[in-house]
Amino acid sequence: MAKLTIALMDSPYESGTTTTAMRIVDAAVRKGHSVNVFAYEGAVSLTMKEQKGHPNPVKGTTIEEAKHPTTANFVAGLLATGKVEWINCGMCVDERGSGDWIEGPRRGGPGDLLKWSEESDNTLIMGTR
Amino acid sequence: MAKILSIVERAYHGTVEEQDDTILWISHMIKDAGADISVLLRGNAVNYGVIGQDASGLRFGNVTLDVPPTLDADISNLIAAQVPTYVVREDLADRGISEAGLAKGLKVVGRSELADLYDSHDSIWHW
Amino acid sequence: MAQYLLIESRDPFEFADTTYMYDMAGDLSKNGNNVTLFLIQNGVFCARQNVKNNPVTSLRQKAPGVRVEADDFSLRERGISTEGLESGITVSNVDNLVDRLVDSDTKIVWH
Repeated sequence: MAKLTIALMDSPYESGTTTTAMRIVDAAVRKGHSVNVFAYEGAVSLTMKEQKGHPNPVKGTTIEEAKHPTTANFVAGLLATGKVEWINCGMCVDERGSGDWIEGPRRGGPGDLLKWSEESDNTLIMGTR
Repeated sequence: MAKILSIVERAYHGTVEEQDDTILWISHMIKDAGADISVLLRGNAVNYGVIGQDASGLRFGNVTLDVPPTLDADISNLIAAQVPTYVVREDLADRGISEAGLAKGLKVVGRSELADLYDSHDSIWHW
Repeated sequence: MAQYLLIESRDPFEFADTTYMYDMAGDLSKNGNNVTLFLIQNGVFCARQNVKNNPVTSLRQKAPGVRVEADDFSLRERGISTEGLESGITVSNVDNLVDRLVDSDTKIVWH
Protein backbone atom coordinates (compact mmCIF):
# COMPACT_ATOMS: atom_id res chain seq x y z
CA MET A 1 0.00 0.00 0.00
CA ALA A 2 1.17 3.48 -0.84
CA LYS A 3 1.36 6.82 0.89
CA LEU A 4 0.12 9.99 -0.77
CA THR A 5 0.72 13.54 0.40
CA ILE A 6 -1.72 16.27 -0.60
CA ALA A 7 -1.28 20.02 -0.12
CA LEU A 8 -4.50 22.05 -0.05
CA MET A 9 -4.97 25.82 -0.18
CA ASP A 10 -8.65 26.61 -0.72
CA SER A 11 -10.77 27.89 2.13
CA PRO A 12 -14.03 26.08 2.94
CA TYR A 13 -17.24 26.67 0.99
CA GLU A 14 -15.50 28.57 -1.83
CA SER A 15 -14.21 26.04 -4.31
CA GLY A 16 -14.97 22.76 -6.00
CA THR A 17 -11.41 21.73 -5.23
CA THR A 18 -12.19 21.08 -1.58
CA THR A 19 -14.76 18.44 -2.51
CA THR A 20 -12.39 16.92 -5.04
CA ALA A 21 -9.61 16.69 -2.47
CA MET A 22 -11.95 14.97 -0.01
CA ARG A 23 -13.06 12.54 -2.73
CA ILE A 24 -9.44 11.71 -3.55
CA VAL A 25 -8.58 11.12 0.12
CA ASP A 26 -11.68 8.94 0.56
CA ALA A 27 -10.89 6.88 -2.54
CA ALA A 28 -7.27 6.46 -1.48
CA VAL A 29 -8.10 5.19 2.01
CA ARG A 30 -10.78 2.87 0.62
CA LYS A 31 -8.04 1.34 -1.50
CA GLY A 32 -5.91 0.87 1.61
CA HIS A 33 -3.49 3.72 1.06
CA SER A 34 -2.57 6.25 3.70
CA VAL A 35 -2.83 9.97 3.06
CA ASN A 36 -1.14 13.01 4.56
CA VAL A 37 -2.90 16.32 4.11
CA PHE A 38 -1.01 19.57 4.55
CA ALA A 39 -3.49 22.43 4.86
CA TYR A 40 -1.96 25.72 3.81
CA GLU A 41 -3.39 29.27 3.87
CA GLY A 42 -7.21 29.25 3.63
CA ALA A 43 -7.42 25.48 3.91
CA VAL A 44 -6.51 25.65 7.60
CA SER A 45 -10.11 26.75 8.18
CA LEU A 46 -11.47 23.44 6.86
CA THR A 47 -11.06 21.88 10.28
CA MET A 48 -12.50 24.68 12.43
CA LYS A 49 -14.61 23.06 15.11
CA GLU A 50 -17.45 25.53 15.48
CA GLN A 51 -18.83 25.10 11.96
CA LYS A 52 -22.55 24.42 12.15
CA GLY A 53 -25.32 23.57 9.74
CA HIS A 54 -28.39 25.71 9.38
CA PRO A 55 -31.94 25.48 8.06
CA ASN A 56 -32.55 26.40 4.45
CA PRO A 57 -35.35 28.96 4.18
CA VAL A 58 -35.25 28.89 0.37
CA LYS A 59 -36.05 25.18 0.34
CA GLY A 60 -38.19 25.38 3.44
CA THR A 61 -36.16 22.73 5.22
CA THR A 62 -35.39 22.57 8.91
CA ILE A 63 -31.90 22.17 10.29
CA GLU A 64 -32.59 18.45 10.68
CA GLU A 65 -33.90 18.08 7.13
CA ALA A 66 -31.20 20.21 5.53
CA LYS A 67 -28.40 18.07 6.99
CA HIS A 68 -26.03 20.83 6.00
CA PRO A 69 -22.54 19.43 5.68
CA THR A 70 -19.49 21.06 7.15
CA THR A 71 -15.95 20.66 5.96
CA ALA A 72 -14.94 19.90 9.56
CA ASN A 73 -17.34 16.96 9.49
CA PHE A 74 -15.95 15.76 6.15
CA VAL A 75 -12.42 15.87 7.55
CA ALA A 76 -13.53 14.14 10.75
CA GLY A 77 -14.99 11.34 8.65
CA LEU A 78 -11.70 10.92 6.83
CA LEU A 79 -9.62 11.08 10.02
CA ALA A 80 -11.86 8.39 11.55
CA THR A 81 -10.54 5.92 8.98
CA GLY A 82 -7.22 5.96 10.81
CA LYS A 83 -5.44 6.26 7.47
CA VAL A 84 -5.25 10.05 7.27
CA GLU A 85 -2.91 12.49 8.96
CA TRP A 86 -3.64 16.20 8.85
CA ILE A 87 -1.35 19.16 9.52
CA ASN A 88 -2.51 22.76 9.54
CA CYS A 89 0.16 25.34 8.72
CA GLY A 90 0.65 27.06 12.06
CA MET A 91 1.53 30.50 10.75
CA CYS A 92 -1.52 30.44 8.46
CA VAL A 93 -3.65 29.54 11.47
CA ASP A 94 -2.20 32.43 13.45
CA GLU A 95 -2.93 34.90 10.64
CA ARG A 96 -6.55 33.85 10.60
CA GLY A 97 -7.11 33.23 14.28
CA SER A 98 -8.47 29.86 13.22
CA GLY A 99 -6.95 27.62 15.86
CA ASP A 100 -10.07 25.99 17.26
CA TRP A 101 -10.05 22.65 15.46
CA ILE A 102 -11.76 19.34 15.62
CA GLU A 103 -9.75 16.55 17.21
CA GLY A 104 -7.03 15.08 15.03
CA PRO A 105 -5.16 17.75 13.07
CA ARG A 106 -1.86 18.99 14.39
CA ARG A 107 0.10 22.18 13.94
CA GLY A 108 3.06 22.16 11.61
CA GLY A 109 4.95 24.05 8.96
CA PRO A 110 6.48 23.84 5.50
CA GLY A 111 9.18 21.49 6.78
CA ASP A 112 6.48 18.93 7.48
CA LEU A 113 5.27 19.14 3.90
CA LEU A 114 8.80 18.47 2.67
CA LYS A 115 9.27 15.58 5.10
CA TRP A 116 5.95 14.03 4.14
CA SER A 117 6.70 14.49 0.46
CA GLU A 118 10.01 12.68 0.83
CA GLU A 119 8.36 9.85 2.75
CA SER A 120 5.46 9.46 0.32
CA ASP A 121 5.09 7.65 -2.97
CA ASN A 122 3.76 10.82 -4.53
CA THR A 123 2.70 14.39 -3.77
CA LEU A 124 -0.30 16.24 -5.16
CA ILE A 125 -0.20 20.01 -4.85
CA MET A 126 -3.68 21.51 -5.16
CA GLY A 127 -3.18 25.26 -5.33
CA THR A 128 -5.80 27.96 -5.11
CA ARG A 129 -6.82 30.48 -7.72
CA MET B 1 -39.24 49.55 -5.63
CA ALA B 2 -36.07 49.33 -7.66
CA LYS B 3 -35.78 46.46 -10.12
CA ILE B 4 -32.67 44.41 -9.47
CA LEU B 5 -30.82 42.27 -12.00
CA SER B 6 -28.73 39.65 -10.19
CA ILE B 7 -26.03 38.21 -12.46
CA VAL B 8 -24.51 34.81 -11.78
CA GLU B 9 -21.44 33.70 -13.73
CA ARG B 10 -19.20 31.67 -11.39
CA ALA B 11 -20.40 28.09 -11.09
CA TYR B 12 -19.75 24.90 -9.17
CA HIS B 13 -17.45 26.50 -6.63
CA GLY B 14 -18.33 25.20 -3.18
CA THR B 15 -21.78 24.04 -4.27
CA VAL B 16 -21.41 20.60 -2.70
CA GLU B 17 -20.49 21.98 0.72
CA GLU B 18 -23.13 24.70 0.46
CA GLN B 19 -25.78 22.37 -1.03
CA ASP B 20 -26.60 25.13 -3.51
CA ASP B 21 -25.09 28.06 -5.37
CA THR B 22 -24.76 30.92 -2.94
CA ILE B 23 -25.81 33.58 -5.47
CA LEU B 24 -28.89 31.70 -6.62
CA TRP B 25 -29.68 31.23 -2.93
CA ILE B 26 -29.30 34.86 -1.92
CA SER B 27 -31.23 35.98 -4.99
CA HIS B 28 -34.11 33.73 -3.93
CA MET B 29 -33.85 35.05 -0.36
CA ILE B 30 -33.93 38.63 -1.64
CA LYS B 31 -37.05 37.78 -3.66
CA ASP B 32 -38.68 36.29 -0.56
CA ALA B 33 -37.80 39.50 1.29
CA GLY B 34 -39.98 41.36 -1.19
CA ALA B 35 -37.58 42.45 -3.91
CA ASP B 36 -38.38 42.91 -7.56
CA ILE B 37 -35.48 40.82 -8.77
CA SER B 38 -34.47 39.02 -11.94
CA VAL B 39 -31.60 36.59 -12.40
CA LEU B 40 -29.26 36.37 -15.36
CA LEU B 41 -27.17 33.24 -15.84
CA ARG B 42 -24.07 33.90 -17.89
CA GLY B 43 -20.66 32.29 -18.26
CA ASN B 44 -20.41 28.85 -16.71
CA ALA B 45 -23.54 29.49 -14.67
CA VAL B 46 -25.62 28.83 -17.78
CA ASN B 47 -25.05 25.16 -16.96
CA TYR B 48 -27.20 25.59 -13.85
CA GLY B 49 -30.19 25.56 -16.20
CA VAL B 50 -29.44 22.07 -17.53
CA ILE B 51 -31.97 19.49 -16.40
CA GLY B 52 -30.63 16.26 -14.94
CA GLN B 53 -27.78 17.39 -12.70
CA ASP B 54 -26.96 14.83 -10.04
CA ALA B 55 -24.42 15.38 -7.28
CA SER B 56 -25.57 12.53 -5.08
CA GLY B 57 -23.59 9.66 -3.68
CA LEU B 58 -20.58 11.32 -2.11
CA ARG B 59 -19.02 10.01 1.06
CA PHE B 60 -15.89 10.93 2.97
CA GLY B 61 -14.81 8.11 5.21
CA ASN B 62 -17.82 7.39 7.41
CA VAL B 63 -19.53 10.69 6.58
CA THR B 64 -22.08 10.77 3.77
CA LEU B 65 -23.46 13.76 1.91
CA ASP B 66 -27.14 13.07 2.49
CA VAL B 67 -28.54 16.21 0.89
CA PRO B 68 -26.65 17.11 -2.29
CA PRO B 69 -27.18 20.30 -4.26
CA THR B 70 -30.01 20.26 -6.82
CA LEU B 71 -29.14 23.25 -8.94
CA ASP B 72 -31.55 22.55 -11.80
CA ALA B 73 -34.39 22.34 -9.27
CA ASP B 74 -33.18 25.57 -7.67
CA ILE B 75 -33.53 27.28 -11.06
CA SER B 76 -37.03 25.86 -11.51
CA ASN B 77 -37.94 27.02 -8.01
CA LEU B 78 -36.67 30.53 -8.76
CA ILE B 79 -38.86 30.63 -11.85
CA ALA B 80 -41.81 29.26 -9.88
CA ALA B 81 -41.26 32.05 -7.35
CA GLN B 82 -41.88 34.56 -10.16
CA VAL B 83 -38.23 35.50 -10.59
CA PRO B 84 -37.64 36.19 -14.29
CA THR B 85 -34.59 34.07 -15.00
CA TYR B 86 -32.52 34.60 -18.12
CA VAL B 87 -29.74 32.61 -19.72
CA VAL B 88 -27.34 33.80 -22.41
CA ARG B 89 -27.77 31.99 -25.72
CA GLU B 90 -24.17 32.32 -26.90
CA ASP B 91 -22.81 31.10 -23.57
CA LEU B 92 -24.95 27.99 -23.98
CA ALA B 93 -23.78 27.48 -27.56
CA ASP B 94 -20.10 27.96 -26.67
CA ARG B 95 -20.44 25.11 -24.19
CA GLY B 96 -22.35 22.79 -26.51
CA ILE B 97 -25.48 23.02 -24.35
CA SER B 98 -28.76 22.37 -26.13
CA GLU B 99 -31.58 24.78 -25.33
CA ALA B 100 -33.94 21.79 -25.43
CA GLY B 101 -32.34 20.46 -22.27
CA LEU B 102 -32.95 23.54 -20.15
CA ALA B 103 -35.32 24.06 -17.24
CA LYS B 104 -38.79 25.07 -18.35
CA GLY B 105 -39.42 28.79 -18.12
CA LEU B 106 -35.83 29.94 -18.56
CA LYS B 107 -35.72 32.91 -20.91
CA VAL B 108 -32.94 32.63 -23.48
CA VAL B 109 -31.46 35.99 -24.45
CA GLY B 110 -28.70 36.91 -26.87
CA ARG B 111 -25.59 38.85 -25.87
CA SER B 112 -26.80 41.72 -28.03
CA GLU B 113 -29.93 41.95 -25.87
CA LEU B 114 -28.07 42.26 -22.58
CA ALA B 115 -27.74 46.04 -22.77
CA ASP B 116 -31.51 46.27 -23.03
CA LEU B 117 -31.83 43.89 -20.10
CA TYR B 118 -29.53 46.13 -18.06
CA ASP B 119 -31.56 49.15 -19.15
CA SER B 120 -34.78 47.55 -17.99
CA HIS B 121 -33.47 47.22 -14.43
CA ASP B 122 -32.57 49.95 -11.96
CA SER B 123 -29.77 48.16 -10.17
CA ILE B 124 -27.28 45.62 -11.48
CA TRP B 125 -25.88 43.18 -8.94
CA HIS B 126 -23.03 41.52 -10.81
CA TRP B 127 -21.72 38.97 -8.32
CA MET C 1 10.13 8.30 -21.03
CA ALA C 2 8.16 9.49 -18.02
CA GLN C 3 4.55 9.06 -16.96
CA TYR C 4 2.63 12.30 -16.57
CA LEU C 5 -0.80 12.84 -15.04
CA LEU C 6 -2.08 16.34 -15.71
CA ILE C 7 -5.29 17.11 -13.85
CA GLU C 8 -7.25 19.98 -15.37
CA SER C 9 -9.95 21.44 -13.11
CA ARG C 10 -10.29 24.67 -15.08
CA ASP C 11 -12.26 25.39 -18.22
CA PRO C 12 -11.47 27.69 -21.13
CA PHE C 13 -14.48 29.91 -20.46
CA GLU C 14 -13.62 31.09 -16.96
CA PHE C 15 -9.85 30.95 -17.36
CA ALA C 16 -8.01 32.35 -20.35
CA ASP C 17 -4.90 30.26 -19.80
CA THR C 18 -6.49 26.83 -19.84
CA THR C 19 -4.79 25.93 -23.10
CA TYR C 20 -1.56 26.08 -21.09
CA MET C 21 -2.26 22.62 -19.67
CA TYR C 22 -3.49 21.24 -23.01
CA ASP C 23 -0.39 22.62 -24.73
CA MET C 24 1.77 21.12 -22.00
CA ALA C 25 0.11 17.74 -22.47
CA GLY C 26 0.83 17.90 -26.19
CA ASP C 27 4.43 19.03 -25.73
CA LEU C 28 5.15 16.36 -23.13
CA SER C 29 3.68 13.74 -25.44
CA LYS C 30 5.81 14.97 -28.33
CA ASN C 31 8.83 14.56 -26.07
CA GLY C 32 8.01 10.87 -25.93
CA ASN C 33 6.30 10.80 -22.55
CA ASN C 34 3.20 8.85 -21.60
CA VAL C 35 0.62 11.53 -20.80
CA THR C 36 -2.87 11.43 -19.34
CA LEU C 37 -4.99 14.57 -19.13
CA PHE C 38 -7.69 14.07 -16.51
CA LEU C 39 -10.60 16.53 -16.68
CA ILE C 40 -12.37 17.21 -13.40
CA GLN C 41 -14.67 19.88 -11.89
CA ASN C 42 -15.33 22.56 -14.51
CA GLY C 43 -12.62 20.99 -16.65
CA VAL C 44 -15.32 18.61 -17.90
CA PHE C 45 -17.09 21.49 -19.64
CA CYS C 46 -14.80 20.55 -22.55
CA ALA C 47 -16.24 17.03 -22.63
CA ARG C 48 -19.48 17.95 -24.41
CA GLN C 49 -19.70 17.84 -28.15
CA ASN C 50 -19.96 21.12 -30.06
CA VAL C 51 -17.92 23.13 -27.57
CA LYS C 52 -16.58 26.26 -29.26
CA ASN C 53 -12.82 26.15 -29.88
CA ASN C 54 -12.61 22.98 -27.86
CA PRO C 55 -8.99 22.46 -26.73
CA VAL C 56 -9.65 18.71 -26.54
CA THR C 57 -10.17 18.65 -30.31
CA SER C 58 -6.96 20.56 -30.92
CA LEU C 59 -5.04 18.32 -28.56
CA ARG C 60 -6.33 15.18 -30.25
CA GLN C 61 -5.06 16.50 -33.57
CA LYS C 62 -1.75 17.74 -32.22
CA ALA C 63 -0.95 14.84 -29.91
CA PRO C 64 -3.23 11.82 -30.42
CA GLY C 65 -1.13 9.83 -27.97
CA VAL C 66 -2.41 11.83 -25.01
CA ARG C 67 -5.07 9.93 -23.11
CA VAL C 68 -7.95 12.28 -22.18
CA GLU C 69 -10.24 11.19 -19.36
CA ALA C 70 -13.22 12.87 -17.68
CA ASP C 71 -14.33 12.37 -14.08
CA ASP C 72 -17.71 10.64 -13.92
CA PHE C 73 -19.00 12.56 -10.90
CA SER C 74 -18.08 15.94 -12.40
CA LEU C 75 -19.98 14.98 -15.57
CA ARG C 76 -23.04 13.81 -13.64
CA GLU C 77 -22.94 16.85 -11.35
CA ARG C 78 -23.27 19.08 -14.42
CA GLY C 79 -25.88 16.99 -16.20
CA ILE C 80 -23.46 16.04 -18.98
CA SER C 81 -24.46 12.73 -20.51
CA THR C 82 -21.65 10.22 -20.90
CA GLU C 83 -23.17 9.29 -24.24
CA GLY C 84 -22.05 11.53 -27.01
CA LEU C 85 -18.99 13.03 -25.39
CA GLU C 86 -16.38 14.76 -27.50
CA SER C 87 -14.45 12.22 -29.52
CA GLY C 88 -11.47 10.71 -27.76
CA ILE C 89 -12.62 11.30 -24.19
CA THR C 90 -12.89 8.30 -21.88
CA VAL C 91 -15.10 8.39 -18.79
CA SER C 92 -13.07 7.68 -15.68
CA ASN C 93 -13.40 8.20 -11.94
CA VAL C 94 -11.54 9.13 -8.80
CA ASP C 95 -10.69 5.53 -8.01
CA ASN C 96 -8.77 5.30 -11.27
CA LEU C 97 -7.22 8.67 -10.58
CA VAL C 98 -5.93 7.46 -7.21
CA ASP C 99 -4.29 4.44 -8.85
CA ARG C 100 -2.12 6.87 -10.80
CA LEU C 101 -1.64 9.34 -7.96
CA VAL C 102 -0.01 6.72 -5.76
CA ASP C 103 2.29 5.53 -8.54
CA SER C 104 5.69 6.86 -7.53
CA ASP C 105 6.81 6.82 -11.16
CA THR C 106 4.10 9.26 -12.23
CA LYS C 107 4.63 13.00 -12.20
CA ILE C 108 1.38 14.66 -11.22
CA VAL C 109 0.29 18.21 -11.87
CA TRP C 110 -2.94 19.84 -10.69
CA HIS C 111 -4.20 22.90 -12.49
